[in-house]
Amino acid sequence: MTVIVTEDDFDLAEIYAKLRTPKSPPSPGAVTVFVGLVREMNNNRPITSMTLEHYPGMTETRLEAIRDQAMQRWPLTGATIVHRVGKLGPNDQIVAVGAASAHRQASFDAANFMMDFLKTEAPFWKSEDTGDGAEWVSARDSDDTAKRRW
Amino acid sequence: MKIRYFAWLREHIGASSETLSFDPSWVSVADLVAELKTKSDGHAKALSDMTLVRVAVNYDYVDLDHTLSDGDEVAFFPPVTGG
Repeated sequence: MTVIVTEDDFDLAEIYAKLRTPKSPPSPGAVTVFVGLVREMNNNRPITSMTLEHYPGMTETRLEAIRDQAMQRWPLTGATIVHRVGKLGPNDQIVAVGAASAHRQASFDAANFMMDFLKTEAPFWKSEDTGDGAEWVSARDSDDTAKRRW
Repeated sequence: MKIRYFAWLREHIGASSETLSFDPSWVSVADLVAELKTKSDGHAKALSDMTLVRVAVNYDYVDLDHTLSDGDEVAFFPPVTGG
């Protein structure tokens, strides 16, 4: 499990177990896993559902590249990106990013880095439905700012 | 060459992809955009403000001055909003 794009929900315990106990040594001393969820409100409007579109082929290519960059930049024992597509409801899991390392700082930083790059480079698009029609979510300048700190 | 559209560009154009014969007079992505805009009102609307559009050729992000080759897959889409 390194990079997965799927319509299915994911099991956090499974992601953690693979990072905690890799198939080959060394074992890590720290694992960071981040999970992103569908918000129940956005811009003060309740969301009934969210649909995630993506660019099959490019999505996996970009996510692999982001993971590879993290593996090269930090001394990681493992790294995983799982992202869902299709129709999701409030509080559903959207994305999980995990990084394992000998010490905590590298695992925190690598997970943060992968999320910041995923947000600005991975070709996913969210459409939010509030009950009276679906709207494409606009990209945030703050995501570009977050990426630049790396 | 294969052209792909996503999110609101796909909706304006009314198709997720189309195939075009490569024209050697198209040097850059900007030339292809100019050609595509003549195809329909939907194309013209979707590609009217290229500051709102990201372009990828063979899965890599490129600028409008990127040089095209026959067989390229060119995708047009809005800034990404995953995560």
